[in-house]
This record gives sequence, C-alpha cells and structure tokens, in this order.
Amino acid sequence: MSVWVLHPSHFTTVVLFALFASTVFGITQRETPRNMIRYGIYCFVLFVAAAIALSWLMYFIAR
Amino acid sequence: MRYSQKCMATEENKTAAGVGSQPASQEGFVYLPLIAGWLVPGGGHFLLRKWGRGALLAAAILGMFVLGLAMQGKVYASAHDILDILGLVGDLGNGLPYVISRMLGLGDVQVQVTTADYGTRFIVVAGLLNVIAAVDAHNLRTGRKS
Repeated sequence: MSVWVLHPSHFTTVVLFALFASTVFGITQRETPRNMIRYGIYCFVLFVAAAIALSWLMYFIAR
Repeated sequence: MRYSQKCMATEENKTAAGVGSQPASQEGFVYLPLIAGWLVPGGGHFLLRKWGRGALLAAAILGMFVLGLAMQGKVYASAHDILDILGLVGDLGNGLPYVISRMLGLGDVQVQVTTADYGTRFIVVAGLLNVIAAVDAHNLRTGRKS
C-alpha cells in the first residue's frame, strides 16, 4: 500500500481541491455547457486566489 | 349557450398535444437517479443518459476520494463528538466507495501527518460533492433543471 501514499505540497493540494470542486460546481449549478465551463473556471480561480490571499494575510498576521 | 369541446383538454386533445407522454428516461421511480447518484458517483446522470456530465462528476468525485485515501486520510467509522459526526455524515455521502473502503480497511484510523489531514478533508468533501451531484440528477429527473 505504500506505493499509493502521496505527500503533495499545500499548494498542490489547494489546486487539486479547487479543480475537483469547481468541476462539480460548474456541472451542477449551470444548465448549458458554455455556462458550466465559465462558472467552473470562475470557481477555480476564486478558490485558488482566495487561498493565496488568505495565505499572505496569515503570513503577515504571524509576524 | 352552447359549449364546444373542440379546444378543451379532452383525452383526445391531450394525446394530440403530447401532454402526458414522457421520454423513456422520465418513467419509473422518481427517486432512482437520486439514490443511484448517491451510491455510485455520477450514476444518477448515467441513468438519465447524461454521459458526459456523469463521467466528469465521477472522475472529480472518485478522484478526490482516491487522492484522499492516498494522502492517508482518515475514514470515519464511528462518532464520539460533534466534529466526528459531521465527518461521518460527509463520508457517508460517498455511498458505495465509502462502504468498499471500510470493507477493505483503507484510510488511516488516526491522522499522523499534515497531508493526512488534507486527505481527511478530501474524503469528506468528496462525499458532500457527491450529494450535490445526486440532487442535481434528481432535479434533471423531475424537470426542474434541463
């Protein structure tokens, strides 16, 4: 089972999380394929941007 | 005063207008896509012949679940406090993948490394996303969404 153990970085985890969640959000929250893709990309960008912004915020709070 | 049934909703006119006739996918138990979607990620959409959407949902949800297991995430088996209960409810949203992982003893019992904490969240969120996908399949079945 040790072959299947993964230790991705925090950022990789954020990107993977954003990718999977925005895929499901895009498909389920919009009706036409075009709007699904647009909403999926919108959610992905928001997920990643929010994670980066909050990370910098916490970096400065910790100092 | 004379009344005419020419344009009224008689059985003949209903049939001619196509009222009451449903496609094959719209017949049967109305909650079947919801239950199938919960048990098998994307299953509800496959049942409604939405192959592309079903495949993408299955890939996203199963991918997240498998990555969570690979990150040594915890699979909740019992609940001792409120956070455990919430985690267990999220895990149960995965349907059959959760049952299979429990049967095979996959996932860690205790979180020991940082990535295992991420993995635990991946498994819980995969279950919650699966519930959203199953409800979407139900909405497609009832005609609330096209």
